[in-house]
Amino acid sequence: MSMAAAPIRLDLDRVPRVDQVGVEERVARLNARSIKKESKVEALKLALSMMDLTTLEGQDTPGKVRQLCRKAMHLHDALPGLPHVAAVCVYPTMVGVARDALRGSGIKVASVATAFPSGMTSLAIKLEETKMAVDAGADEIDMVISRGAFLQGEYQHVYDEIVAVKRACGSAHLKVILETGELGTLDRVRRASVLAMQAGADFIKTSTGKVQPAATLPVTLVMLQAIRDHYAATGVRVGMKPAGGIAKAKLAVQYLVMLRETLGQDWLTPDLFRFGASSLANDVLMQLQKQRTGAYQSADYYSRD
Amino acid sequence: MPRQEKKLDFATQWQYAPAPESTEHVRIDPQYDLYVGGKFVSPRAGKYFETINPAREEVLARVALADGADVDRAVRAARAAYAGRWSKLKPAERGKYIYRIARLLQERAREFAIIESLDGGKPIRESRDVDVPLAAAHFFYYAGWADKLDYEFPGRRPRALGVAGQIIPWNFPLLMAAWKIAPALACGNTVVLKPAETTPLTALKLAELIRDADLPPGVVNIVTGAGDTGAALVAHPGVDKIAFTGSTEVGRLIKRSLAGTAKRYTLELGGKAANVIFEDAAIDQAVEGIVNGIFFNQGHVCCAGSRLFVQEGVAAEVIAKLKERMETLIVGDPLDKNTDIGAINSAAQLEKIESYLRIGQAEGAEIYQSDAALPERGYWCRPTLFTGVAQSDRVVQEEIFGPVLAIQTFRTPEEGMDKANNTPYGLSGGVWTDKGAKIFAMTRRIRAGVVWANTFNKFDPSAPFGGYKESGMGREGGLHGLGAYCALEDR
Repeated sequence: MSMAAAPIRLDLDRVPRVDQVGVEERVARLNARSIKKESKVEALKLALSMMDLTTLEGQDTPGKVRQLCRKAMHLHDALPGLPHVAAVCVYPTMVGVARDALRGSGIKVASVATAFPSGMTSLAIKLEETKMAVDAGADEIDMVISRGAFLQGEYQHVYDEIVAVKRACGSAHLKVILETGELGTLDRVRRASVLAMQAGADFIKTSTGKVQPAATLPVTLVMLQAIRDHYAATGVRVGMKPAGGIAKAKLAVQYLVMLRETLGQDWLTPDLFRFGASSLANDVLMQLQKQRTGAYQSADYYSRD
Repeated sequence: MPRQEKKLDFATQWQYAPAPESTEHVRIDPQYDLYVGGKFVSPRAGKYFETINPAREEVLARVALADGADVDRAVRAARAAYAGRWSKLKPAERGKYIYRIARLLQERAREFAIIESLDGGKPIRESRDVDVPLAAAHFFYYAGWADKLDYEFPGRRPRALGVAGQIIPWNFPLLMAAWKIAPALACGNTVVLKPAETTPLTALKLAELIRDADLPPGVVNIVTGAGDTGAALVAHPGVDKIAFTGSTEVGRLIKRSLAGTAKRYTLELGGKAANVIFEDAAIDQAVEGIVNGIFFNQGHVCCAGSRLFVQEGVAAEVIAKLKERMETLIVGDPLDKNTDIGAINSAAQLEKIESYLRIGQAEGAEIYQSDAALPERGYWCRPTLFTGVAQSDRVVQEEIFGPVLAIQTFRTPEEGMDKANNTPYGLSGGVWTDKGAKIFAMTRRIRAGVVWANTFNKFDPSAPFGGYKESGMGREGGLHGLGAYCALEDR
């Protein structure tokens, strides 16, 4: 068992530089891996088990959240031997509904907090919201960093906020969303990753899904490399969650190839890797069915929730 | 950041299933003759040799062994084609033929990639993504120059040399054939090409393609054989120019044999390139560049980054990351799409590499190899590092031509550059730093024909390639490559 994530001193002096051209070349090489047959089936099932099934809309209703929880537990009963997803991710007001619906299933309840997706409110309110979600039964909190402060170079401020939210989480796991689509460069992605891990993040996460571009393979590679170096320096294994824009099974497998070849066996688990996605599950299910029968089924055979 | 020993485990439960490229549609004849005067003809002495698949140690085909008489016949065919039709053709018409070769090569890219991997052992990922597309790109590039030579040499009148004798190595068989044939034809020469004895098949397939392209007979002739065949071609009085890519040792022999003749020559010889990592480099991308520099094509690359110099402040981190990265390199079946490092080209080359592994350890260097599983049959070498080496060690001084990297550290840029240049070779080099000004300051100090900054082993038909010192004479590629196949007269 690895050490738990806890805040350590903020030190951004030695954050490594990132060369974007080199990152893209590495991604292209990883994408050239050919994943077929049983190794594809295995990857697709692993992807399902790592999924944070997500609904984050102003129009969310208790009924819709209950449906999503039902889907989380019964992905596609026509296909035997499927895992359940890792978590259901909702807004704070829906945490109680999800907790009741998922009781006894082993599926975690994740809640966004801290004025998701913009983070444009006071720290006091962010902490209050975090506590509200945890008190309602959230196992995991997905917070956003203050991108404005980060881009202005106020790293200590961003770090302090994360430390405070982490404390407010209590025993709940903290995922820190960097919103990489607003950071602009891979150098900043790397720096924000280091900062979040030093502040005690259990997971670092690319995006809210509300900003384009959301998760990309190059951004994820830079974050995985930051996680690897943090592990080498501290012995703490931090998790990774790409979120937003991952809708196809093939892309999910490319993420898993990248994970496997950057961090290896220890991270190939829902404890340390998640996909934040709403429509990915059905494409993965369709691909699994295709592997089983050799034919694609109509999308109408898969529940949309 | 101090790296403690927290090992990542890449022997994962989730493994990649074999993903072999299908060879069903590929035709390899049991026996190949010489391509002379637009026809496949039997060798006069009736002798053949075998070419094998180094990944399986199985015979792929028997190939004609050309002797002096066969070489003479090929040179005569090339001379007749030059004097006859080819030198009188309008330059634009020459260009059309070369374009046709380029297009046919693209159409048959998959077939050529598979045969290249079967015959030479290189991973299909490289033959498919590098060798074959780049070979086609060279034909396209030089096809465009055929009718524009007057613009390349303003005020001068470029004239073809006549018959070019071309001898190519086994590490990039098709690509080297393209590097040689394309500029020669574009400038109006005819060609006698001798491929390497361990990898003749793609050149012979290229002969079929050239026949299909309907080139006038004798414009391109291909004679297969070993050193004696090459020597006969070099010595033949009917040859106007020799282009050779291969070892420095053979390059010396060729130069000696050409002394006192009017033959022109270009020699592309060995290398022991320095790849220099400064502490302000983007480390993760530099590690990837080191991997591409030395493990590309099993290290069978004359411009391979085989000497690594790392600034001491990041040396421990770079070496630790390099070792981790090496664990994810897949060694095995060249036809598997996931293979990173294929088979060593021949038993002789494997023996040479293994002798250097022994030499390095006897010299006191520390050896590190990845845990990669190796197939039972075939010629294989795990990716290998030597640390704790000195400038005076043979594994630092001599070209190994295998997946073997010698690592040293340096403190000041002066020391780094001094060590980098302290070699009889000068084919290529690399500099890694995130500072733009430093890139210019350092790359200009490396005495080598090609210097890459924050990348390695990048090739383009428009970029000249060639060496300083014992790495060769003359340039191939780009505009410079045209000059090697023209005589310039005053207007």
